Amino acid sequence: MAKIVTFSIDGQKCMAEEGQYLVDAAETNGVYIPTLCNMTGVPPQGSCRVCSVKINGKLTTACTTKVSEGMEVINESEEIQDLRKAIIELLFAEGNHFCPSCEQSGNCELQALAYRFQVLVPRFPYLFPERDIEASNPKLFKDHNRSILCKRCIRAITDERGRRLFAFGKRGDRIGISIDTKLAANISDELADRAAEVCPVGAIIRKGRGFAVPIGQRRYDGQPIGADVEQAK
Amino acid sequence: MATKVVIDPVTRVEGHGKVTIHLDDNGAVTQSRLHIVEFRGFERFVKGRPYWEVPVLVQRLCGICPVSHHLAAAKATDQIVGAGTGDGLSPTAEKMRRLMHYGQIFQSHALHFFHLSSPDLLFGIDGPIATRNVIGVALEHKDLAVQGVMMRKFGQEIIKVTAGKKIHGTGAIPGGINKNLSLEERDKFLDGKDLPNVDQMIDWSQGAIDFFLDFHKKNQDMLDNFSVFPSNHLSLVRADGALDLYHGVLRAVDSEGKKIVNDVPCQEYYDHIGEGVKSWSYMKFPFILSLGQENGWYRVGPLARLNTVDFIPTPLAQKRFEEFRAYSNGKPSQICLHTHWARLIETLHAAEVMKDLLNDPDLQGAELVRTGTRQEEGIGLIEAPRGTLFHHYRADENDQITMCNLIVSTTNNNEPMNRAVNNVAVSQMTGQKEITEPMMNAVEVAIRAYDPCLSCATHAVGRMPLEVSLVDSDGAVIAEART
Repeated sequence: MAKIVTFSIDGQKCMAEEGQYLVDAAETNGVYIPTLCNMTGVPPQGSCRVCSVKINGKLTTACTTKVSEGMEVINESEEIQDLRKAIIELLFAEGNHFCPSCEQSGNCELQALAYRFQVLVPRFPYLFPERDIEASNPKLFKDHNRSILCKRCIRAITDERGRRLFAFGKRGDRIGISIDTKLAANISDELADRAAEVCPVGAIIRKGRGFAVPIGQRRYDGQPIGADVEQAK
Repeated sequence: MATKVVIDPVTRVEGHGKVTIHLDDNGAVTQSRLHIVEFRGFERFVKGRPYWEVPVLVQRLCGICPVSHHLAAAKATDQIVGAGTGDGLSPTAEKMRRLMHYGQIFQSHALHFFHLSSPDLLFGIDGPIATRNVIGVALEHKDLAVQGVMMRKFGQEIIKVTAGKKIHGTGAIPGGINKNLSLEERDKFLDGKDLPNVDQMIDWSQGAIDFFLDFHKKNQDMLDNFSVFPSNHLSLVRADGALDLYHGVLRAVDSEGKKIVNDVPCQEYYDHIGEGVKSWSYMKFPFILSLGQENGWYRVGPLARLNTVDFIPTPLAQKRFEEFRAYSNGKPSQICLHTHWARLIETLHAAEVMKDLLNDPDLQGAELVRTGTRQEEGIGLIEAPRGTLFHHYRADENDQITMCNLIVSTTNNNEPMNRAVNNVAVSQMTGQKEITEPMMNAVEVAIRAYDPCLSCATHAVGRMPLEVSLVDSDGAVIAEART
């Protein structure tokens, strides 16, 4: 049996199994730490920084940090909340996120976080970059305008032989997700569904199925992101 | 001295517009124009988007009647997914869409009559500007104002349960709809507990027509002679000639009632309708190709619809339609302000249709979407509150839109509205030493009759933000005044 460690989040005493990542340990204690690039079942990488917390006075990512005995975590301070909000605003300013016509609206984790953090207008100027659309795959539609470069698709989607279907292409500010056209040409429906599911935004969507879930039944229509964790407390 | 009168913005209409009227040294009108000063560009930026996104994307053209754009685009994409036209959908999908659309017609017509136009009728075209607005109506005609608000609410609630939300919903998807109507949702409109029920809507619609007819009796000369000119009229009609605001064939009649576009399928619209361009407006000038741009212009909207159809397929509205048709001796009516009469008859019809649909068990059906063989092209026409709306798309083998052509309802009325402006300007301003606010409001009254949606919604209440410029023959501004 794993050793139980005791730690605190915003002064609240918490317990978790030693070796658990802080975001998961917080969740089991009814504390929500927002995430975007993190995903259950996929090794964390801490790239989006939305889960930033202060541990023993130092900023770090909660998705890549394992809990340890006596750890003191600051999750809800004004400084950290503003930092997270700034990161969300940067993502909106950097891409072309047009929620009104995006079929992921209501299911989108980025949009849900923006609502939770009450983002009205980003403090950063919009870049309006020119981004490509890849529409030749028979089952998947990739809209790089909406990508936040979280790499969830790269990390989570492999074929039956373990080969990755997605990869980063280009460099610098032109970096983007590309689909392995040969491998993805005969992708199964199940894997195509999974690829769309792992995308936290509307960058990878299934073809021909848009807006099938009515308003009111979408993931975040009923309650804001994180409310399920907090209510389970 | 030559004078240029500018009405900018035109108020109590949807969107932004401007009127300019040029008077020569003798006070004669030399030129009058309705300018549409916004450029939207939807036809361009929809290119490259996936076809299933289009019904949700293009409805952002408008915040007042987005349902019309949503449904016209959905009808076009039905064809792209192989669900065909008209009867290709499941009964549940088609009837849910119809309910959404008639809810939209009902709320939009109520908004226009009670909020935008009734101030001119209740207080007079030359009434005091401090009260000639919706607040004035609310203060002095409370019952009427409350009815207007509640009728609008009823229609908006219908849209919410069919489209998902009141403005910019997602209900219609290619090949069908994404939800049916639960019994709980339905009963809200029938039991009268949360809001006045559909029977009350029918009664209030009847009352609104009676109000108009009473007003007409007292002001017959003004109503019947305000901005009257002959024109062609165009709308969709059901295959049997009935009024049908959701689907039908394209029919146009001339000022004598002779059919000049004879019930052609929507998919052939481009064989019959052309679009002219003028340098001073972002709005095109559609016309019937066989008659040319000079003579082929036409009106759309409530007046045009009641001029093209043979009958209305609901009993109470049909009775009112017979009175309407008899007034013009069975010929098409050319009376601008009788558009309000026609609009109220349609409001009653919409209430009757909603009642029939709400009691139809097909709305609780489970078959929501049908698809067939994928097609490259889709054309969707619908009768929006303001008139016939055309959506035309092509999608390539990657599902991306490659072509989009939209002829928006108000665009069809471009030439008639310009003629109406000129007509009123000539009759009201010729030879006048002073251009007064009531004269300029008369111009706006003529435009308002068409209920133009110049783009997204904007409203002004109270004092008309009006600017008058005196310019010499070289175009230099000599004097400016604001009312």
